[in-house]
Amino acid sequence: MPSAEMKNRAELMDFDKALELFEPVLGFEVHVELNTKTKMFCGCANEFGSGANTNTCPTCLGLPGGLPQVNKKAIESSIRLGLALGCEIAEHSRFARKNYFYPDTAKNFQTSQYDDPICHDGSVTIELESGRLVTVEIERAHMEDDAGKLTHMGGATGRIQGADYSLVDYNRGGVPLVEIVTQMIEGAEHDAPEIGRTYVAAIREIAKALGVSNARMEEGNVRCDANVSLRPRGSNVLGTRTETKNVNSLRSVERAVRYEIQRQAAVLAGGGTITQETRHWHEDTGITSAGRPKSDADDYRYFPEPDLLPMAPSRDWVEELRLTLPEPPAARRKRLQAAWGFANLEFQDVVNSDLLDAVEATVAAGASAQAARKWWTGEIARLANAAGVAADSLVTPIQLAALIELVSDGTLTDRLARQVLEGVIAGEGTPAEVVASRGLAVVSDDGALIAAIDAALLGQPDVLAKIRGGKQQAAGAVIGAVMKAMRGQADAARVRELVLERAQAIE
Amino acid sequence: MTYLTKLSAAALSELLVSKQVSAVEATRAHLDHIAAVDTDLHAFLHVAADAALNTAAAIDARRVAGESLHPLAGVPIAIKDVLATQDMPTTAGSKILEGWVPPYDATVVARLRAAGLIPLGKTNMDEFAMGSSTEHSAYGVTRNPWDRDRIPGGSGGGSAAAVASFQAPLALGSDTGGSIRQPAAVTGSVGVKPTYGGVSRYGAIALASSLDQVGPVSRTVYDAALLHDVIGGHDPLDSTSLTDSWPSMAAAAQAGLKDGALKGVRVGVIKELSGDGFQAGVTQRFTETLALLVAAGAEITEVSAPNFEYAVAAYYLILPAEASSNLARFDSVRFGIRVNPASGSLTSEHVMSATREAGFGAEVKRRIILGTYALSAGYYDAYYGSAQKVRTLIQRDFAAAFSQVDVLVSPSAPTTAFKFGEKLADPMAMYINDVTTIPANLAGVPGMSIPIGLAPEDGLPVGLQIMAPAKADARLYTVGAAIEQLLEARWGHTMLSQAPALTPTEMFASEEGAV
Repeated sequence: MPSAEMKNRAELMDFDKALELFEPVLGFEVHVELNTKTKMFCGCANEFGSGANTNTCPTCLGLPGGLPQVNKKAIESSIRLGLALGCEIAEHSRFARKNYFYPDTAKNFQTSQYDDPICHDGSVTIELESGRLVTVEIERAHMEDDAGKLTHMGGATGRIQGADYSLVDYNRGGVPLVEIVTQMIEGAEHDAPEIGRTYVAAIREIAKALGVSNARMEEGNVRCDANVSLRPRGSNVLGTRTETKNVNSLRSVERAVRYEIQRQAAVLAGGGTITQETRHWHEDTGITSAGRPKSDADDYRYFPEPDLLPMAPSRDWVEELRLTLPEPPAARRKRLQAAWGFANLEFQDVVNSDLLDAVEATVAAGASAQAARKWWTGEIARLANAAGVAADSLVTPIQLAALIELVSDGTLTDRLARQVLEGVIAGEGTPAEVVASRGLAVVSDDGALIAAIDAALLGQPDVLAKIRGGKQQAAGAVIGAVMKAMRGQADAARVRELVLERAQAIE
Repeated sequence: MTYLTKLSAAALSELLVSKQVSAVEATRAHLDHIAAVDTDLHAFLHVAADAALNTAAAIDARRVAGESLHPLAGVPIAIKDVLATQDMPTTAGSKILEGWVPPYDATVVARLRAAGLIPLGKTNMDEFAMGSSTEHSAYGVTRNPWDRDRIPGGSGGGSAAAVASFQAPLALGSDTGGSIRQPAAVTGSVGVKPTYGGVSRYGAIALASSLDQVGPVSRTVYDAALLHDVIGGHDPLDSTSLTDSWPSMAAAAQAGLKDGALKGVRVGVIKELSGDGFQAGVTQRFTETLALLVAAGAEITEVSAPNFEYAVAAYYLILPAEASSNLARFDSVRFGIRVNPASGSLTSEHVMSATREAGFGAEVKRRIILGTYALSAGYYDAYYGSAQKVRTLIQRDFAAAFSQVDVLVSPSAPTTAFKFGEKLADPMAMYINDVTTIPANLAGVPGMSIPIGLAPEDGLPVGLQIMAPAKADARLYTVGAAIEQLLEARWGHTMLSQAPALTPTEMFASEEGAV
């Protein structure tokens, strides 16, 4: 029996070598938390960050006598998500109880779906960085309620093992989830880790575009369980799979898949066998560790939820909802990149920073695409990063478009515009108001500039002589002095023009 | 004021409305009677004397102020302990909930309070409503007012005994397989299981969700109808609650009192619910009642319900299956008692296990194990799946029968009240006792039990069960009230007036604060 320590420090096989010997087979279960106002089966607020156990009632606390009532909005969101994933929407669907004892599950059963999920048989096509297109088949997308949150107190690891006691917060208990289950993904080959990341990113992006979820992985709105198994080359028998639970960032999905391939390959190549089990992902060390054994015969004693009526979403309703679907994110990206004329790297930068909406709205407000991109991914992203907030929470696209307009009409230099941005972020008003109140506009009064230029030229007679002698590059020193005298509020190009003019005219 | 406890809810309501009697007087009379007789009978697990008197005083003040109140305002009522009450402990007869006071009222309780009825307390029951004798209560048995050595029926023995012994004119019960109707039958009272979905289950501690239904317990059909009108109707908190608008049950009961109410009514006698296993005196009173019906112009037809034979078997798969899941929440984490294991580590798993081991009684454990097994992978289709198919067949039997007749009748229970301990050792014998009542729960149709006399051999009450198609609850009240009137005219008295006088054990104890 290997010690826990040995298990944690598994031997890994080189990734390329592993791929030579084995074919990886993948499967993903992605939980998307819906952003409905209230919970799945009661009227409690669906809210992140409230005081512990404040968003609770007899139903979501599982008190004796509590009964569920279905949140219609959650059904609607589930159907829209299913439609966006190309799924069929079941004509008859029902909830089922998944029975198991755990303190975060108030009723000691999860209200889920078993043999009649609301959505089934869809697919998502993702594009890898190489340009390879991969179609991931969706087996089903079903509705269920989330569990509460356990916090293990005492002990070194924050895990249940070794804890002195645990606290339960049922605020999350009963929050609506859609669990999206893929079919087996074969033929992933070396792209397996990237497929994991890109697939989860696609689900997240779709959920966000639909507006059915806040889709913030760091808040657990999107959680991924990654199934990985290896099949020896030349074999057509599937290997034993592991399920790495709750991988909660895109990068981690990629790393976890890669790690499991390397770990399982080492075990198999060493003559060992893979245990069918859940595994924990450790973000800090980048490894997985054994969780609980999981057999296909895990018995949750599913049976149809007798407290809820079966659902029969009308075809008219489904078609109505289909009309509300936004443009598919992948298609939208293609369209916008073409319209904006961005290079791949420029566009990826915007997408990866989650600023596509912001740039699009800024362009819609009149700004040039390049200017909008530069501001969002540059100065604003820098300030947001420093403040630890989302870039699009600092300024509105309309404010930024106004700022960009002030730069392009010559009212502000880039340097001044950054000061104006600070003012806007500080809540001092619109860009125009900040320009006025801080007195930051470029000095465009030639009279004031000429006075400053004449003073600078007369103060540096040697430079003046050089310019008069035809050495235009000598003008730099004078321009610097003038810009300083104008406290930067001058257009350097205009100053240069005037310097050359005055150098000839001055007495 | 003793006479106040003898009155029907309707009669008491008249005195209250005309201000001849105050709600406080009516409440005090019942509390005094409870104090006098319930130490012995033990119908109540909890009596809320002070709260009841305060509520009554508030009702009196509103009535004196000229406020227009519900006719039942000021009428006392007993509440089965399966219903959540935010001012009284709610234990469902189980040790595992000892002392638990819910933070909310069941919808039916909220509706009672809104109508101004006065909750007197909580009544005894088989633990989590599992049983037909109230012997499975964790808090001791309830005695049958007709014979204190006998069971008052179950699971709602407390509510039936309370009403039959004049401790309350009305009570609430819950009926999963007969828990309202069978206790009514063996105590000579009236009990109604409404159509599934007719009365909200929100706040009723679930036994088997697809079978449970809350309903009225009373001494007259009309009183049951009045209570049904208060508690019935759609509740958005119960997803299985019907959205139909319902006719007045009270008006339906009154229609039954008119001359010729039974004329031309097609009454079906269920062939499978007679004969072997039915006590002679039960059959005799049942047959006499049929003759009375014929004399009143009803048309009697024998109908067959061939699948009723499988009802008990199907029921004892569906019920434990649902119960095993419904009772999973009793784990000590959020409410109820917590028991630490005698040895081993205090993990949540061990504490849950020790709590359930200590908190649940033997019958509850038996059914959780049965249900867990019936739902297990590999057995589901054979057990739960097959039981659901039987359920469909039974629904078809009802549909076929109701295509020929307006109501179906049978004895409410195969026997009169049995003695304590008689069936405790043999769970199957106890289960079979519900053979008459279970089909209505499996099909969701409404059923009523009314008293039809005493069995000659033991002098104990016999009940008639009347069943109607789903949503035709009103039909039960019309037919029930008509039969009740015919029988009382024939006897010259109500049946419960013949119950033996109960010996007061502590007179006026409520005034001395002994309750």
